[in-house]
Amino acid sequence: MSGASIDAPNAPLLDVRGLTKSFAATRALDGVDLTLRAGEIHALLGENGAGKSTLIKVVTGVIRRDAGTVALDGLPIMPHSAEEASKAGIATVYQEVNLLPNLSVAQNLFLGRQPTRFGFVREAEMRRRARVLLRDFGLDIDVGAPLGNYSVAVQHIAAIARAVDMSARVLILDEPTASLDAHEVDTLFAVMRQLAARGIGILFVTHFLDQVYAVTDRITVLRNGRLVGERLTAELPRMELVRMMLGRELIEATAERAEGSGGTAAAEPYAVFENFGKAGYVAPFDLTVRSGEVVGLAGLLGSGRTETTRLVFGAERADSGTATVAGRPVRLTSPAEAVRHGFGYCPEERKTEGVVAELTVRENIVLALQAKRGVLKPLSRREQDEIARRFIRLLDIRPPDPERPIGLLSGGNQQKALLARWLATEPRLLILDEPTRGIDVGAHAEIIRLIRQLCTEGMALLVVSSELEEIVTYADRVIVLRDRAQVASLEGGAVTVSAILAAIAADTPQAA
Amino acid sequence: MALRLPRTGTPQIAAFLAILAINWAVSPQFFDIRLQDGRLFGSLVDVFNRGAPVALLAIGMVLVIATRGIDLSVGAVMAICGAIAASLADSHPLPVVLAAALGAGLLCGLWNGFLVAVLGIQPIVATLILMVAGRGIAQLITEGRIVTFTTPDLAFLGGGSVLGVPTPVAITVAMLALTLALVRGTALGLMIEATGGNARASALAGIGTRAMTLAVYVWCSLCAALAGVIAAADILGADANNAGLWLELDAILAVVIGGTSLFGGRFSLVLAVVGALIIQAMNTGILLSGYPPEFNLVVKAVVVLVVLLMQSPRFAGLAMLLPGARK
Amino acid sequence: MNRLLPVLVTTAVFVAGFIACSVQFPNFASTRVVANLLTDNAFLGIVAVGMTFVIISGGIDLSVGSVIGFTTVFLALAIERLGMPPLVAFAVILLICAAFGAAMGAAIQYFELPPFIVTLAGLFLARGASFLMSTESIAINAPLYGHISDYALRLPGGGRLTIIAMIMLAVFVLGGLLLHGTRFGANVYALGGSRTSTALMGVRVGAATIRIYMLSSVLAGLSGIVFTFYTSAGYSLSAVGVELDTIAAVVIGGTMLTGGYGFMFGTFVGVLIQGLIQTYITFDGSLSSWWTKIATGMLLFAFIAFQQILVVLARRPVRGIAGARPS
Repeated sequence: MSGASIDAPNAPLLDVRGLTKSFAATRALDGVDLTLRAGEIHALLGENGAGKSTLIKVVTGVIRRDAGTVALDGLPIMPHSAEEASKAGIATVYQEVNLLPNLSVAQNLFLGRQPTRFGFVREAEMRRRARVLLRDFGLDIDVGAPLGNYSVAVQHIAAIARAVDMSARVLILDEPTASLDAHEVDTLFAVMRQLAARGIGILFVTHFLDQVYAVTDRITVLRNGRLVGERLTAELPRMELVRMMLGRELIEATAERAEGSGGTAAAEPYAVFENFGKAGYVAPFDLTVRSGEVVGLAGLLGSGRTETTRLVFGAERADSGTATVAGRPVRLTSPAEAVRHGFGYCPEERKTEGVVAELTVRENIVLALQAKRGVLKPLSRREQDEIARRFIRLLDIRPPDPERPIGLLSGGNQQKALLARWLATEPRLLILDEPTRGIDVGAHAEIIRLIRQLCTEGMALLVVSSELEEIVTYADRVIVLRDRAQVASLEGGAVTVSAILAAIAADTPQAA
Repeated sequence: MALRLPRTGTPQIAAFLAILAINWAVSPQFFDIRLQDGRLFGSLVDVFNRGAPVALLAIGMVLVIATRGIDLSVGAVMAICGAIAASLADSHPLPVVLAAALGAGLLCGLWNGFLVAVLGIQPIVATLILMVAGRGIAQLITEGRIVTFTTPDLAFLGGGSVLGVPTPVAITVAMLALTLALVRGTALGLMIEATGGNARASALAGIGTRAMTLAVYVWCSLCAALAGVIAAADILGADANNAGLWLELDAILAVVIGGTSLFGGRFSLVLAVVGALIIQAMNTGILLSGYPPEFNLVVKAVVVLVVLLMQSPRFAGLAMLLPGARK
Repeated sequence: MNRLLPVLVTTAVFVAGFIACSVQFPNFASTRVVANLLTDNAFLGIVAVGMTFVIISGGIDLSVGSVIGFTTVFLALAIERLGMPPLVAFAVILLICAAFGAAMGAAIQYFELPPFIVTLAGLFLARGASFLMSTESIAINAPLYGHISDYALRLPGGGRLTIIAMIMLAVFVLGGLLLHGTRFGANVYALGGSRTSTALMGVRVGAATIRIYMLSSVLAGLSGIVFTFYTSAGYSLSAVGVELDTIAAVVIGGTMLTGGYGFMFGTFVGVLIQGLIQTYITFDGSLSSWWTKIATGMLLFAFIAFQQILVVLARRPVRGIAGARPS
């Protein structure tokens, strides 16, 4: 916990009131309040789509707000760019450090404001200042070396040093620890505490709960664009925090468990992974998916859920373990290989990894089937039309126009089209990464219904979801991940929201 | 957002017809066609005949550009293959000559494709290597001289005619038909468009994007090889310094005029060929109107700028702001 | 990644090549050869200085050869036909070039077009304009030209360090100071590292881009002036393809074509290596000039492949979880 503020206690430094922002039909922020006090470290928490990044972007002027106010030191501000925000005293350090790895550390610290004489940069003076500046942050490094030579932690500290040196009062750290090891995290925390002691307000976005408890004073939780609440870290039990992040009305939703779930253990395993993993990506795991069974993957953002699915689908190559499909050992070296074994994969990142925006709905739907058949066996236009029409009707894709570029469809309809792409290949194992994220309520329910139906028809499903109430209604088994490793496997009657929450929140020592 | 409506090609065809009409206005004999020794002659025939090499290059280039690539080496590949054809023409039968020239084209394509698809080098950078070295290789083959040949077999490919149609035009039409069959008759076209539109999504859908990339570079070089053979056959010799010089730029221009975005995705083979014909019709028109042929380059520069500005997202945004520009 | 490694390799290649040549040809290691090397490659060196800025910033400038050609024709006409004093003509052409480069930079920045295609239009435009001015080679007989070619610094051993060699050396020194010693230079590297980050760090990216292309065009103009000292003539076909030699010199000099890394000294050595190859071929007598292109192409490939390997090695996760997030 950081030291108490040296300024007037509890004076709001950054005051956000009623912030609202919509993108097309979706409301990314809905009347959100946030109060950051001078000298405090304040965690901003929430799952994907909760509105954290939209909030940060609005505060830093990257996007405009629809309604609400932002005040710095009591004065309303309306920055129009990151540069303006930074001039006003609000600096942001992103997970992907926005510095230049090819320039020296010193140049990075002073780019655009290097000390000069007769037009020439005073290199020695700049380096001296850089050394002095970094020493404040406990860093004693060769500032003449390229920034890219140093670890991500050093790069983060350099970014923070630059921001603070440019007179930042508010420092926003957007997932700075995602790629740091335990020791580096400690170094960063020491820097954060020191800055807070100087009266700087720090807004800290992370998905590691241990870190929240290690360093923050106060927590604000967002969910689905709304404020869930603001609490003092010391007064908020871990379990309660996870509930705030994931739960809706956490009345025992387990009662809704689908009938017949958990009774399929006798079915043949379709895909078996043993000791499957990739160093530095996700720890080796065992996973069995049976035909007619839904296996859920749960965990917080960054826990390794997506990584697990990518490994299973061959999008990343495993460097340990074996995979067996339908009783035969296989090597999953590429998605094309996985598709041949009857796998299908709907990625979480629909826009960048799912749809080909420019192509029509029809072309997007037939893409995987065509890839599976090979180049030389083209689907005739009639077959394509037939497939497209069938799935548009089956999944109620709107508008029901197969010739519309898919980029013009809403998120939910794009998601349905992607499901259609894989259903057309008649997969034996379908991997769905957050299939219901960012789509409207109607499509949401339909997709859940579809998952259940496919399962009944004998398909094996591996589903990643942050919606725990949802996952318990259809999953026969739930595997819980934390810090890129499997930590629990719940089966049958043990699949309850509270059991999953408990597994996620379990306070075991964090493996670095 | 880079969403474009399915193209009909109306603007391109209209532009082509308009340029032909202008040509007719400056030179009333423009549409006169006469049959002489079993071959068609006339200014209009010339547009097609002279446009054939760039049209061939455009056929290959449009596929490369559809995958978000570019091939700067086609001019150099033309020089290499033309040099091989001209050097072998008098001593070997035509099939051997063609096999050697096209084989060289295949190797060039594999080289480019290897650098881009396997080593992952940026297309501009990767094809620059062959663009620089290719002309030297061509000169190595011709030993720095302008190699001439006399055999009518090869000369037929440049100056002969098939059913009255000049051979280069016939070859181009055949190549266009073959490429259309390969690309639209199989699933290749869809996969190339998907790869260019979103390579990551395509790979996750099970498409072998790497093989796709390799294939388009090979095909592009094969088209360039054919263009090189025709160019050599046309002048009965190979000039390693000047064969295909700047034609890579014309080919890229033809593709861009044909409405295929430099950022990949949707492509049209036929419209790329129309683009090549538009360029040639402009060249012919400038010649007919008595302007010096040097005027060509300036006109081309203006066309590049206009087409690019129209494709530029920023410019589209500006146009929307003009009063009355909204739909 | 060790930033100095590529430059060290380049320098080692040059030194080894020079020693090999000296062993083979007894007269090689003399100030005469070295001075000629500098004189003969002066125009290439000057334009390569500008290209170094462009490439480090992550761009490319294909128009430089045409700008040189344009400059020579403009100077010949202005001095010989219009009777303009040479120094005034120099000032005028450098202003024209500056405007030309600024326009290209502005198009790249404000219409978000790829530099490659914008400067391609520039290539057409400048070459076309020079053709329009004159297609003939025009001799320049102004007395200044005579003085300049008469004057040279005598070196021990019989070498003559000519004015144009001295201009090149001065341009390299000034270019090196600008690139390595000023805020502008730091911005050039920053742009090559990441345009987005640079903008986020408060650098005015637009102004920097415009200045970079302006600098490249002005140096191409200066190179054109030097070219006329060398040839005493203006010709619209001069310096065709020089953009490729220039890019090759910069890349062989250890600068990454993808931007962000490179040194002015490397470009200097890259130019010298190209000159060395030519000198070797001249000394050898039996080899022909096309080997220059092939050797350049091979070196180009070697360096691009070498850099690609360095990039791949640098991208490999160093330890543990670093860089392991799904991309």
